[in-house]
Amino acid sequence: MERPLTQHITFPPLGLRQYEAVGGYQAARKAIRHMTPPEVTALVKESNLKGRGGAGFSTGMKWSFVPMDVSGPKYLVANADEMEPGTFKDRWLLEGNPHQLIEGMIVSAFAIQATESFVFLRWAYKAAAEEIRKAIQEAYDAGYLGKNILGSDYSLDMHLHTGVGRYMCGEETALLNSLEGKRATPRAKPPFPQVSGLFGKPTIVNNVETLSYIPHIVNKGAAWFQSLSHTADGGTKIYGVSGKVNKPGAWELPMGVTMRELIEEHAGGMKNGYRFRGVLPGGASTDFLVEEHMDVKMDFAGVAAAGSRLGTGTMVVLDDQTCPVGFVHNLEHFFAQESCGFCTPCREGLPWTEKLLWAIEQGQGREEDLALLASHATLLGPGNTFCALAPGAMEPLQSALKYFRDDFERHIKEQKCPYGDHIH
Amino acid sequence: MATIYIDNKAYTVKDGRNLLEVCLQLGINLPYFCWHPSLGSVGACRQCAIKVFKDEDDKKGRIMMSCMEPVRDNVRISVDDSEAAAFREHVIGWLMTNHPHDCAVCDEGGSCHLQDMTVMTGHSYRDYRFTKRTYRNQDLGPFLNHEMNRCIQCYRCVRFYKDYAGGKDLDVFAAHNHVYFGRQQPGRLENEFSGNLAEVCPTGVFTDKTLKSHYTRKWDMTYAPSVCQGCSLGCNTVAGERYGSIRQITSRYNGEVNGYFLCDRGRYGYEFVNSPQRIHQPAIRPHHNGTPSSDWIVAQAADKLRNGKAIGIGSPRASLESNFALRQLVGADHFYIGMSDMEHDHTALALKILRDGPVRTPSLHEVEKADMVLILGEDLTNTAPMLALAVRQAVRQEPMQDAIQTVHIAEWQDAAVREAMQDKKGPLFILHTFPTKLDELAARTQRGAPDNLARIAFAVSHALGAEIPAVNGLNDEERELVKEIVQALEAAERPLVISGYGSGNDAYMKAAANITWALHKKGKQPMLSLTVPECNSLGLEMLGGHRLDSALDVLRHGDADTLVILENDLYRRADKHIVDEMFRLAKEVIVVDHLYNPTAERATLILPAGTFAEADGTIVNNEGRAQRYYQVYVPKDQVQESWRWFLQIAEKAGIPRLNGLQNLDDIVWAMTVAVPALESIQELAPAADFRMAGQKIPREPHRYSGRTAMLANENVSEPKPPEDVDTPLSFTMEGFRGEPPAPLIPFFWSPGWNSVQSVNKFQSEIGGALHGGDPGKRLLEAHVNGRIPFFTEAPEPFVPMPGHVHLMPIYHIFGSDELSMHTSGIAGGAPEPFVIYLNPEDLHQWGASPGTWVNFEVDDHPYTMAVEANNWLPRGIAALNAGIRGAEVVDMPQCIRFSNVRTETI
Amino acid sequence: MLTTSEKEQIEQEIRQVPVKKAACIEALKIVQQHRRWVSDEGIRDVADILEMSPEEVDSVATFYNLIFRQPVGRHIILLCDSISCYVMGFRDLHRQLVNLLGIQYGQTTPDGRFTLLPNPCLGTCDHAPALMVDQDLYRDLAPDVLENILAKYT
Ligand SMILES: Cc1cc2nc3c(=O)[nH]c(=O)nc-3n(C[C@H](O)[C@H](O)[C@H](O)COP(=O)(O)O)c2cc1C
Ligand code: SF4
Ligand code: FES
Repeated sequence: MERPLTQHITFPPLGLRQYEAVGGYQAARKAIRHMTPPEVTALVKESNLKGRGGAGFSTGMKWSFVPMDVSGPKYLVANADEMEPGTFKDRWLLEGNPHQLIEGMIVSAFAIQATESFVFLRWAYKAAAEEIRKAIQEAYDAGYLGKNILGSDYSLDMHLHTGVGRYMCGEETALLNSLEGKRATPRAKPPFPQVSGLFGKPTIVNNVETLSYIPHIVNKGAAWFQSLSHTADGGTKIYGVSGKVNKPGAWELPMGVTMRELIEEHAGGMKNGYRFRGVLPGGASTDFLVEEHMDVKMDFAGVAAAGSRLGTGTMVVLDDQTCPVGFVHNLEHFFAQESCGFCTPCREGLPWTEKLLWAIEQGQGREEDLALLASHATLLGPGNTFCALAPGAMEPLQSALKYFRDDFERHIKEQKCPYGDHIH
Repeated sequence: MATIYIDNKAYTVKDGRNLLEVCLQLGINLPYFCWHPSLGSVGACRQCAIKVFKDEDDKKGRIMMSCMEPVRDNVRISVDDSEAAAFREHVIGWLMTNHPHDCAVCDEGGSCHLQDMTVMTGHSYRDYRFTKRTYRNQDLGPFLNHEMNRCIQCYRCVRFYKDYAGGKDLDVFAAHNHVYFGRQQPGRLENEFSGNLAEVCPTGVFTDKTLKSHYTRKWDMTYAPSVCQGCSLGCNTVAGERYGSIRQITSRYNGEVNGYFLCDRGRYGYEFVNSPQRIHQPAIRPHHNGTPSSDWIVAQAADKLRNGKAIGIGSPRASLESNFALRQLVGADHFYIGMSDMEHDHTALALKILRDGPVRTPSLHEVEKADMVLILGEDLTNTAPMLALAVRQAVRQEPMQDAIQTVHIAEWQDAAVREAMQDKKGPLFILHTFPTKLDELAARTQRGAPDNLARIAFAVSHALGAEIPAVNGLNDEERELVKEIVQALEAAERPLVISGYGSGNDAYMKAAANITWALHKKGKQPMLSLTVPECNSLGLEMLGGHRLDSALDVLRHGDADTLVILENDLYRRADKHIVDEMFRLAKEVIVVDHLYNPTAERATLILPAGTFAEADGTIVNNEGRAQRYYQVYVPKDQVQESWRWFLQIAEKAGIPRLNGLQNLDDIVWAMTVAVPALESIQELAPAADFRMAGQKIPREPHRYSGRTAMLANENVSEPKPPEDVDTPLSFTMEGFRGEPPAPLIPFFWSPGWNSVQSVNKFQSEIGGALHGGDPGKRLLEAHVNGRIPFFTEAPEPFVPMPGHVHLMPIYHIFGSDELSMHTSGIAGGAPEPFVIYLNPEDLHQWGASPGTWVNFEVDDHPYTMAVEANNWLPRGIAALNAGIRGAEVVDMPQCIRFSNVRTETI
Repeated sequence: MLTTSEKEQIEQEIRQVPVKKAACIEALKIVQQHRRWVSDEGIRDVADILEMSPEEVDSVATFYNLIFRQPVGRHIILLCDSISCYVMGFRDLHRQLVNLLGIQYGQTTPDGRFTLLPNPCLGTCDHAPALMVDQDLYRDLAPDVLENILAKYT
């Protein structure tokens, strides 16, 4: 089985020469020397690569919205903020093969004719920061970055920016504000960053995993990319599982493996003494899936059909000894804390939700609380809030109310947590 | 135009707007918070949700924020949709989770947009059962009270303060539901437009602190449409009264003038009306026992007029009517313009340029649309504050239009527009001796002696083709600047040149005229804005009169022995020694004014005049716009309009020029007959006999309370409400309940809209004109075919004269204006009097050091002041804080010589 | 007052960005690196060098949870309190830390050695529960190893 993204991951990662020795920077050479920017974009579009940052939007399509005839700078940003709870896939790529990301960024930047690029890295990834800093310097020294890359007219600078906290920085427009030195509040779309992004200039923001794929697509083509996958969504995907399983971890697998395969084979099944109750299939802001969904194909369409989202593809398993109310409370506590405070429903609605869950978990729930929670789940839905943070926050809540309703009701009836849990 | 369907009804509406504006304009009550017509949309509060449907078959639709959605042809939306309505109700529910529910003790109560929106959405039941978060408040200085617990985080305050007004010291802190709006440390808000926060804030976080000191609910005040007296711009205000004192000034929307806003001088400078220094009763000197009756005193005055040789001195801070009445009382030949000769020359020049020149002077609204601005010798923030605010908006024009086109967004998409524009600014050039607050926006600023800067401006006009001799002797840098300015002027579609009285140097105005006239000749459409010193300077100038210094000659020659002084402290107009001599020479001094001041101290007869709050009158702003202000309440005691005193004296004295005139309409009519240039003043507002549905327009809201009880400590039977013989307004709560004509709107209120946000119900287009057109009449229009010769006399280069300095004024928004200084918060922001600033090298050369006293002479009269060093002053130029209370008046500019430098410090 | 080296580092960042303000976060990070936290004076100093107002700078500083506007200890413990660590028992770690240090979240030990803060997901969920002390990440933790970990920091 091919694992293009992870095959060359090592700790410490490959240096530039080693990376070149395994075929690295061939895609950069090919694109810059032998392809036009529109050709690169067309190829990526043809491959049907979908963004790995959570929303799953076609990457080639996104690039094609960048106006090519405007003067002034353009920007490419690698979104390496990875703060979605339960998500740990980008860290692997960042620490294990930074040159792959940098090459992907060079090719992508070339496609949109960006003049400057940034890696927006979250604060906690200290090791990754070191590796990336080193790798960028190596790429400059080797002439892959800087003026007249590989003797062409194309020039590109690259910077590493490390954040100072806040989940919101992962939302692409908030990320741009943060890169501009401002508060990480999101921006209204339209205008999309492709047209007015960083410093008001055309900008593409892509996830680390998305960008790391670009060199491989350029090297091997769209058909190859398609062939890697079990489904219409091409390529492989980094999946991960955490929670009470035997072998928590992350694996690169063909797009569309089933949840069962992931949990039972790769993660080694549930730990002794624990039973599976449900799973967040793609990070904290996705709907729970449960036992009946075990055979769902883990691609964008498959998970959506089951009522959730592929999200980041890193799953968090809920076992039978963890209180679902406490579990959801933990998530809503996170989201309420991380709300940027710009729009009303999110800023005020999330703390309210958190308090309701807290009350229920503490044995102070009231019957009407479930209706209030349910109404929040719809009222904070997509379009009602300014950005996708609050709608994301409501996904685990609304599905928990559906699948674990008994648990909620028992808490309220018994005025205590049946799991003996309390919040802390 | 586009057709849109709202709840299945078709409407034809204007393109380019957002759906919230459109709904409001159609009279649909759609709640909102973060949107503001002048600030645009950002989509933060989520209150204005509606349903938008894809097409006729789409029954489900999607909730969207109406403020963020542009009008699209054939779009189908629903406001009534139950999901949208439920969502809107929940938005209030969320906002209320932390709101303290302290309406009963909140200053905003009764004029609160949050209350209105709560009722509008039907939110009445509280589901939230947890604790609220609480904040610590800050002391923000004398103008605004801060109560952060009431905050609903609409972000309007920072958007107004920072983005719109350029303030630096207010911001949003922290994140999630801890966001906090305030200063980094407690302290006085520095921006000159801070008071607007009280109106911009939709709830009670920022409230008017001066109102708090004599608090009255909105429904308990008596109101009148008024016009600010703080500077020459004539911003429209609403003045509210209870118990015989003015409680609050708010902005009265006028789409052409001040829009939604006011400066802090205008908003807070009203306390003089309530001042203990008010003149309430007539007085006669030497002292007369008891309070003289009005009849008796009028007879006394009439006697003095009949027996003496009287001359009248008018006032640029008094109404046209009062000035005219005085002029008629003493005869036009004996009427003197009550401005200093400098002010008079300046205003006369401005009038001539605007009246006879071919270039239009813009309204403030038009200023906002200028795409290039050149400011000559003015620190607008301090001489014409709202003009500075308008320039701030103008500077956005060019990059904004650019951004809108490249990014394909609408102007109201505020955050997106600002992002696409970044820090780009349209061309603004400022030539002024001192740094100004607008410098931060300028492409280029040039400092120097006024004459030298004016020469640059003359050179610009020459380069543009003004028929004047070339200005020789400019250095390379100056020539480069000339070139830059010329290019920017020529590239602009709506260039604006601003000048005025701020440097006391007429060369600036002449150059400004030259520049715009030259552009006009080239077929361009330039605008020319000139500031004048006071609220009615231009009106007084249009009325005409003799120079003030000639009054002294007349007295000296014995051709006059009686002075009638209208609302004017002559000690602010001329050198103390001159005024002292005038009073020495005059046998009788009749003063009609509202505050005791040094001039009133010299009066032999004093008549108490009404302020803007107790009088009706008309004033003419710097744009030549005549505007009417209305009496707010009937004062106790014997205070009345100055013009009314003059009518009564004239009648008693049998002076035929005012024969038969009884009321405001009469005097307005007489004035337009006598002064044809003022003719259209008759059309300013409906006459006194105007009625709506047979009724007068009430000055009091129909919920006005306590009328029967409020004066019960004085008299148990409720007095008959006073009658207003001058206007269609009544002093009661009874009368017509609907919408009055725009010039007569005493306060903005509409069912369900108790706060100032109700203005949208009075506009024909959101952010546009009031129904029936914005009030005011322009008396001056550009003389399109008129030809007036260019001003050819560029000043000579300034060369410091050995042993002398050139003294020029510095104006201060807080301090330079006479009346507003009676507000303690304004006085607290004023600079020290008696301080002269000098270039440090000059200081050294004079043997002075910062803080030492110097003596100097003007026309043989000695002055003593302290000196301070100031690095930005050119050699040979000195500056003196102008108009500060307590300081002796020095006519400026003026060439002075220090005669004695003392070494002790202050 | 900023030290020369702080100033130089900030100037260096300013050169990287099209407008001075854009270096705001970097400047705050630099000050914090040197002083562990950013005082009111630090805010004013950053404002001066970036030609911003203290309000503007503090608006940014207070938004981000890893810019410290209050004094912190010599070592910062960031305990992951997000979902995988919740499932895997971070609460036991927390209890143990409170026992060992005698402080709650947001507090600093009286000897100024540690400040304890909760932190969202550290991106190492397959090795939950986890925490960071300064630059060092600790994974697959159990309460009984904490004492040894803390001992490394003086
Ligand atoms: C609250 C929030 C947080 C997000 N965090 C991340 C993140 O940490 N990393 C990421 O790649 N995308 C994140 N996203 C998604 C980004 O906004 C954006 O869609 C993505 O970076 C685009 O990259 P892609 O097209 O390669 O998927 C987040 C979105 C939201 C609403
Ligand atoms: S955000 Fe819009 S959405 Fe909202 S009111 Fe404010 S006004 Fe509207
Ligand atoms: S939840 Fe703790 S590391 Fe992810």
